[in-house]
Amino acid sequence: MSIKVEVCQLDDLVPYSGCCALVEGQQVALFRVDEGETVYAIGNYDPIGDANVLSRGLLAEVNGVITVASPLYKQHYCLTTGQCLDTENVRVPAYAVSVEDGAVYVSIPQADDKAKAA
Amino acid sequence: MSKQQLVVIGNGMVGHNFLTKIVEAGGLDQYEITTFCEEPRAAYDRVHLSEYFGGRSADDLSMVEGDFFNDNGITLHLNDRAVRIDRENKIVHSSQGLALQYDKVVLATGSYPFVPPVPGHDREHCLVYRTIEDLEAIMASGQQSKVGAVVGGGLLGLEAANALKQMGLETHVVEFAPRLMMVQVDEGGGALLRRKIEDLGVSVHTSKNTQNIGDGERCRHKMEFADGEVLETDLILFSAGIRPRDDIAREAGLKVGERGGIEIDNCCVTSDDDIYAIGECALWDQRIFGLVAPGYQMAQVAVDQLLGKSESVFTGADMSTKLKLMGVDVASIGDAHGNTPGALTYEFSDGPNQIYKRIVISEDSKKLLGAVLVGDASDYGNLLQVYLNGIDLPEHPDGLILPQRDGASSAAIGVDALPETAQICSCHAVSKGDIAAAIDGGACCMGDVKEATKAATGCGGCAALTKQVLDAELMQRGVEVNTDICDHFPYTRQDLYNLVRVGEIKSFQELLDKHGKGHGCEICKPAVANILASCWNEHILQPMNVGLQDTNDIYLGNMQKDGTYSIVPRVAGGEITPEKLIVLGEVAKEYGLYTKITGGQRVDLFGARLEQLPEIWRKLVDAGFETGHAYGKSVRTVKSCVGSTWCRYGVDDSVGLAIDIEHRYKGLRSPHKLKFAVSGCTRECAEAQSKDIGVIATENGWNLYVCGNGGMKPRHADLFASDLDRKTLVQYIDRILMFYIRTADRLQRTSVWMDNLKGGLDYLREVIIEDKLGIGQELEEEMAHVISTYECEWKAAIEDPEKVKRFRSFINSEAQDENILFVEERDQIRPATPEEKIELKQSA
Ligand code: SRM
Ligand SMILES: Cc1cc2nc3c(=O)[nH]c(=O)nc-3n(C[C@H](O)[C@H](O)[C@H](O)COP(=O)(O)OP(=O)(O)OC[C@H]3O[C@@H](n4cnc5c(N)ncnc54)[C@H](O)[C@@H]3O)c2cc1C
Ligand code: SF4
Ligand code: FES
Repeated sequence: MSIKVEVCQLDDLVPYSGCCALVEGQQVALFRVDEGETVYAIGNYDPIGDANVLSRGLLAEVNGVITVASPLYKQHYCLTTGQCLDTENVRVPAYAVSVEDGAVYVSIPQADDKAKAA
Repeated sequence: MSKQQLVVIGNGMVGHNFLTKIVEAGGLDQYEITTFCEEPRAAYDRVHLSEYFGGRSADDLSMVEGDFFNDNGITLHLNDRAVRIDRENKIVHSSQGLALQYDKVVLATGSYPFVPPVPGHDREHCLVYRTIEDLEAIMASGQQSKVGAVVGGGLLGLEAANALKQMGLETHVVEFAPRLMMVQVDEGGGALLRRKIEDLGVSVHTSKNTQNIGDGERCRHKMEFADGEVLETDLILFSAGIRPRDDIAREAGLKVGERGGIEIDNCCVTSDDDIYAIGECALWDQRIFGLVAPGYQMAQVAVDQLLGKSESVFTGADMSTKLKLMGVDVASIGDAHGNTPGALTYEFSDGPNQIYKRIVISEDSKKLLGAVLVGDASDYGNLLQVYLNGIDLPEHPDGLILPQRDGASSAAIGVDALPETAQICSCHAVSKGDIAAAIDGGACCMGDVKEATKAATGCGGCAALTKQVLDAELMQRGVEVNTDICDHFPYTRQDLYNLVRVGEIKSFQELLDKHGKGHGCEICKPAVANILASCWNEHILQPMNVGLQDTNDIYLGNMQKDGTYSIVPRVAGGEITPEKLIVLGEVAKEYGLYTKITGGQRVDLFGARLEQLPEIWRKLVDAGFETGHAYGKSVRTVKSCVGSTWCRYGVDDSVGLAIDIEHRYKGLRSPHKLKFAVSGCTRECAEAQSKDIGVIATENGWNLYVCGNGGMKPRHADLFASDLDRKTLVQYIDRILMFYIRTADRLQRTSVWMDNLKGGLDYLREVIIEDKLGIGQELEEEMAHVISTYECEWKAAIEDPEKVKRFRSFINSEAQDENILFVEERDQIRPATPEEKIELKQSA
């Protein structure tokens, strides 16, 4: 089971850029990719650079896929799947996001879910 | 086996080229080499000798790389002339009394300027043009003269005339023949050349046979000509041809030509099997080659022969030339005069634009035999290849020189038609195949090709052609020479710049809507952000700009490996008060930041967390600091030396100028970062010649150097202009920077920009100094806008709560990032390694 957590207001997010939220102890990178309500969320940890920085990367479209380019070494991560486009076996978590009445919600797996999966 | 003794007589261009080639070929295993150099300095670039007048120093002209002689164990005897070769005992004697045993000798003694034995030719202020000492004598004499005359209207004579003109003398050219440049151009070309040169204010006197030089009335000398006319002048420069220096060979009993020159065979061997001759002293097939490229070819043959490669032979060389004389393009190829029996000619002449072109073709209209171009030599590369490679002419050969109008495709023969063996660069004997091989080895731009093959690094005449070959070869390899910046814009950076500027576009979205597609990426976004900043200079963290900024710009600091940031306040010119130093120390102490003096004469504080940045900067701004833009593709530092205020050698206030310059250009966004330096004298303690913009004080003002670079591929800056007053200096820098911003590629430093700039330094001078494109004022106005709209980005950021809001680790929490951990080293912090992190987390 995952739980849905309200993290901020849509207006707090600057269009075409990212920021980081702390959700259930996890660092989640949020990206508002237009001036409307399209928001994506993936893990903030950059496994290649070993630092919590993905929310500070640039949004980049690569062959039609919306990605963020890591600010450290520029690998691209798909915002819907968390897959790294440059290195096959690297992937970061991707989270479902919804915007309701101007608030942004992120759905995040609960601790006991993770335990089961492990 | 003990090594053979090899004595090289003459360390000029060809002699030195021989040395570098034999070293490269591994010849030091077999030979112990000694070289005699009669001049007080080792080999220098005589071809570019005239640039000595333009401020290039003897060091700049030197052809000796690093500590070449010592590194390779070659003994160089400077200021020592070889006076006699004792062939019987195999000994070379020198003017300083050395006697060296030899196994082999290479003569590379060059030639000397011919001075016609006219009565009075040896008066004072009658000079020649061949060595650095000659040029020094000319400069000295020029200072005491008002009028100068050059005897000889050939290639060198016109170059010498240009030098006199530049020294501000009333200049005359006196030619014996009925036209200028007899050897290279035909009558039509000569006439046009004359007109052009007269337009530049040089008086041309043809068919003048000088009979006597005596005392003048108005001037120092009076030249009397056979036709009874006279010319008064203070300085006379003889440039009436060269004569091979064959005296030492002659005296040793070697075979020399009737009109001079040491006879050599195809192996560059003289009539003595152990003695070689190369360069301008050598006579091959009754011909002397007065250019450097054939000399280099002979050097190669001599090296090969000495190392046992007997198949390498010299088979003559092409004497085609292209040059720019006083700004006039002149070129000649092959049989320029149409002397071949049955030869046909085509001529094109464009009176209003002063262009003259002529081609000479074979009787059967199949082959090109020669060509003359005056006023516009852009066809030279093409024609030369057609000529050298015997390529069949098109049906209408006149198409080769007729102007192409209405977008019709040029009749020029594409580089694809050239054989692999076609020589593209004659200075360094680089063939089309060599360039292709360099590309296969990974070269993909002009800079790479130059480095790998040396093509286009000599006289530079082949640069355009080399680029064409490069592009064609890349194309053939399926590398689409796509200059689009990325998938989202079918334009180059320069195009985007123009679209933004002309369309007055103020945001990325607007540009994308009008000229692009998709959503943009990490390539086009920062590039456009940078262009917008260069043009309109609005705050880079305006909401519409935030999403465009790269790693460092987006939080106005350089991101470190652990996600923390560095803080670099501006310290203009490197000058800082004790009070401000204390502030830096206090802030660093308060926040526990790692502190280091940078290579740019300022202080860097490392290890600040995102959420700490605004607080830290508020303290710094309150203490009078500004952002140092260490994060931006923008002006970084202006290094200075202490200069005339303190230094006993300083000739001007380098610190003051550095500070002024830094304040003038701080905040300017550009295709790549920009670094400056100002030195107070030629000792150059600020290392200005390694900067994008370098300034060095002189007795008479400031010398401006441009397009230097440290970094991955160092490049010395080029001297752009000398002895400038401050106003002109600043005007030139304004223009150069804005022109660079207009025309450079994304992330192209000025060094690479210059290396790729068509026409190079001369062209840049034309644009900036002569304002050839008529954009000078525009560039200055654009710069004025940037300067007048400067604001400290950090000051503006901390004053705007909306902007400060973004400097938080988490949008919904005040917590800190637990993955940022430090350990101590040498009394300061540093990021913990992954292993240390695990330990630290466990012990917590
Ligand atoms: C701090 C400093 C090293 C030091 O401890 O002294 C430094 C540090 C960095 N340099 Fe540098 N460079 C520093 C002086 C230099 C110099 C020396 C100089 O300026 O006199 C050079 C060679 C000169 C030159 O640029 O021509 C230099 C050549 C580079 C290059 C290679 C540029 C090139 O054209 O090849 C890079 C990479 C780039 O810019 O793409 C670079 C990039 C970097 C970056 C920004 C890398 C990055 O993106 O993280 C480093 C981070 C700085 C930070 O976090 O604040 N740094 N760097 C120096 C800061 C000077 C300052 O006060 O602003
Ligand atoms: C102003 C100028 C412009 C030119 N422009 C061009 C151009 O655009 N393109 C081009 O291809 N060519 C050009 N040239 C010609 C080019 O410089 C020569 O072709 C080239 O220098 C020939 O090289 P070299 O080694 O044979 O002779 P040099 O370079 O003259 O070298 C010979 C050296 O040997 C020394 N020497 C002589 N005898 C002795 C001895 N007995 N013992 C010790 N040392 C001795 C001399 O002092 C000299 O240093 C130009 C020349 C001048 C002067
Ligand atoms: S460059 Fe000249 S003026 Fe400047 S410190 Fe060095 S010696 Fe002194
Ligand atoms: S031909 Fe002179 S540099 Fe290539």
